Amino acid sequence: MARGATLMSKAWNSLVWLTIGFFVVNLLALIGAVAVNSFATRWLGTWFPPGYTTRWYFAAWDEFQLSDVLLVTMEVVLAVVVLSLLIGVPAAYTLARREFAGKRLVTLLFVLPLLVPPITYGIPMATVLYQLHLAGTMTGVILANLVPTVPFVILVMTPFIEQIDPKLESAARVFGANTLRVFLHVLVPLLAPGMLAAGLLVLVRTVAMFELTFLTAGPSSQTLVVALYYSVFAAGVRAGQSVDAMAMIYMATTLVWLFIALRFVDPTQLVTRVKKTS
Amino acid sequence: MPRAEGARQHGEFGEIRLDRVSRGFDGVMALQDLDLTIRRGEFIAFLGPSGCGKSTALNCVAGLLSLTGGSIWVDDRRIDELPPERRGFGMVFQNYALFPHMTVRKNIGFGLAMRGVPKAEAEARIDAAIRLVQLEAHGTKLPGQLSGGQQQRVAIARAIVVQPPLVLMDEPLSNLDARLRLEMRHEIRRIHQELGRSTVYVTHDQDEALSLADRIVVLREGRVRQIGTPEELYARPATLDVARFMGYRNVFEGELDHWQDGGQGERVAVRRHDLRVVGMPREALGSGRRAAVAIRPEDVLPGPEGEDAISGVVESVEFIGREYAATALTPTGLMLHFRSHQRLHLDEPVHLRAAPERVLVFAAEEGA
Amino acid sequence: MTIHVADHPPAAARPTLRRRMAAAGWDRTTLLVVPAALFVLLLFIYPFIYGLILSFEPMKGGAFSNYTAFFSDPYLYDTIGTTMWLALPATVLNMALAMPIAFRVRNLRWQRALTTILVIPITLGTVLVAEGLLTYLGPQGWLNRTLIELGLSSGPVRLTHNYWGVFLSLVITGFPFVFLLTLSYVTGIDPALPAAAATLGAGPSRQFRHIFLPLLVPGLAIAFCLAFVQAYSVFPSAVLLGAPAGPTRVISIAAYQAAFEQYDYSMASAIAMIMAAVQLVVVVAVLAGRRLFYRGPMGSGKG
Repeated sequence: MARGATLMSKAWNSLVWLTIGFFVVNLLALIGAVAVNSFATRWLGTWFPPGYTTRWYFAAWDEFQLSDVLLVTMEVVLAVVVLSLLIGVPAAYTLARREFAGKRLVTLLFVLPLLVPPITYGIPMATVLYQLHLAGTMTGVILANLVPTVPFVILVMTPFIEQIDPKLESAARVFGANTLRVFLHVLVPLLAPGMLAAGLLVLVRTVAMFELTFLTAGPSSQTLVVALYYSVFAAGVRAGQSVDAMAMIYMATTLVWLFIALRFVDPTQLVTRVKKTS
Repeated sequence: MPRAEGARQHGEFGEIRLDRVSRGFDGVMALQDLDLTIRRGEFIAFLGPSGCGKSTALNCVAGLLSLTGGSIWVDDRRIDELPPERRGFGMVFQNYALFPHMTVRKNIGFGLAMRGVPKAEAEARIDAAIRLVQLEAHGTKLPGQLSGGQQQRVAIARAIVVQPPLVLMDEPLSNLDARLRLEMRHEIRRIHQELGRSTVYVTHDQDEALSLADRIVVLREGRVRQIGTPEELYARPATLDVARFMGYRNVFEGELDHWQDGGQGERVAVRRHDLRVVGMPREALGSGRRAAVAIRPEDVLPGPEGEDAISGVVESVEFIGREYAATALTPTGLMLHFRSHQRLHLDEPVHLRAAPERVLVFAAEEGA
Repeated sequence: MTIHVADHPPAAARPTLRRRMAAAGWDRTTLLVVPAALFVLLLFIYPFIYGLILSFEPMKGGAFSNYTAFFSDPYLYDTIGTTMWLALPATVLNMALAMPIAFRVRNLRWQRALTTILVIPITLGTVLVAEGLLTYLGPQGWLNRTLIELGLSSGPVRLTHNYWGVFLSLVITGFPFVFLLTLSYVTGIDPALPAAAATLGAGPSRQFRHIFLPLLVPGLAIAFCLAFVQAYSVFPSAVLLGAPAGPTRVISIAAYQAAFEQYDYSMASAIAMIMAAVQLVVVVAVLAGRRLFYRGPMGSGKG
């Protein structure tokens, strides 16, 4: 009986590990296939391409005007990170420190944009931005991307601020610091690690945010991920390798930031902290 | 099976024997060579500071940790390789570990349900357990709706309702405030006296151990320092460690002066600068000529001036109820804790004495 | 705000607005929440309401003509079922995979390394996963070559530009999300609870059934809702990896086409509202079921 049970649990264990392994292997193969193809001279009907080249990267760079796209991406991402911290952190501070009438309603307001998928609210939002003649502009793209990132910053920062002892602020006040000074000399240094984490997460999410940018961007305000979509969509016109070269450039951008981010944060933070709020 | 005849149920046993029980974590021995025989109905306390291995020992008995050495026996049945669910012991956890999604009744009845006890009998036993811990009014509540003390009672009821041969308690009172702690201590004592279940109780509080246990196992750094009744430990700690833990707050070193056999057993004198105390040696005093003296504050009393008294001036006074707890500083810089029935003034000279049979002399600690 | 209360003794004077605000918890610090709240109201709530109203102001016909048009044209209303048929199985599979893996992994020392690998698909985003799958699953891709080499298949299995391509992309991008949520719920359960159950005689399977499962169900319901909602709004992979004109014509494609190919924002808003409504129905159903279970701290005692 006991032996049967251990045999069962061993079989179960192996099955679980096999599943994990299968998933990871396929994931790595998926990334590997893109990488190999982007360096392939020609790759048809063989395990590996006959020769390797870097020319697709140059081709992609010119064909897709990647220098412009990367510049736009950087500008959008930077603006989104800074603005979402500026708007989100004060709100998180209030939610962490104060009990007030309507707090539950406000919290719900901040959770909703994270629960509703971007494409669902993106279409009406894009419509409004078109009415305001903001769609197709950088401003429009930045505003659209802020919709999920501001609540995201709030939900990441609120528990972070909650665990900072409020007595530190009280102490600063008792010693005569005014609000601005409390903020600059006490809060900012204490909040810096949390803001760094939140900012990096927003950065990774914004680089990868397809739907909202896609719905609101014009030709001059595309980010990398949208340009990649268009190039895949128009595949056949372009060489598959140069599309994959672009995919590699995109992947490099997100992965670099992902690994930087993971030095500072717990991977589970990448998915929204719904547990805290529900 | 002659022994089984007198047993009231399957849980009865003669004794539980721990034989050189050891547990290491990554090469660090958290518990080493614990030998202990728990007799039926006995209340054993594992006492020691945090990290001494007492919780490790308890978890090894419970089966929540596997042993890295030694064995555990119930009479002649070896159990140390059984998983916890097949040992049938009851356990009370430090944070109670009540199932938050079950009512008080469901929590208490969980073990009975797992054992497949028929419904009617289970209900009756749950009722009895709830009465025993005086929670009659709270049966349908969830644990989250109870106070800390009430949760503690549920945890105890849950552990004993299955009539386990052995009840394990892991610092059950450490989350309660001082008043409740005292109250629950009496409660645990009452329940133990009522049911007579063998119990192993882990604590870092010597008062708890002294007041509850039949025997105390003092652990430090994973090793047993002493096993004895509360009276033995209180009066005759085996090592300086145990003495410190038992409230011998005055510990100082000196030169071994000379031996003296006063008819009431061995006596030994220790000299430190110009003062000299006589006490009872508690272990073989090596030829090193250095010895450590340990005295409880309660055994040091002020009296008239004399050659056998230690003189000093009052450093601090604190009223602790019936008497004053005070410290005095001798001219050579020794600080002594003592008790006084009279109010003392700071810097007032005092002359302190302790009866030789209350003064314990140990070998000096190496490197100290 | 004028403050000359001191002139009038506070006989029966109503407290000032400031005082009343303060009593409700609204002081200067609380006002810090206002910019963020306004922002979300303007760019999230307002567009939603605007879209809702716009959907009842069709380019032609009566107020409900968008909705009647949607539900009378199989090319449109079929998208609800098509999307459901993708999103529901993918979410269920992800949940079924995530649970045992989270249990297996929760006490591992290199848990963080594994979670990091699993996070990658989330950050790569749907577009890159779709592009990668096109190469990897294609008729000449590594997967098909392996299958043929191992003799598991005689010819290439068609996994792109059909249902399975989209389904697999939903699994790859959705699983890490479900897994991380499940893992955080599983690790949030006080390990003393299963230990207590064990000392009371519950073996591993009964610990799971009586302790873990009831405590996890509320969290799993949330994870299911989030994962389902994400999967239901599948868009880029349905276009790139699927057959967007046929078997994987999901509802978001219909909405997109209405808005950006026919420039019928009213119809597009109506479809977006229908999409939101379907998601809402599923979420409400799941959360209603969740009410039957215990919700509260996953710890024990005062914790």
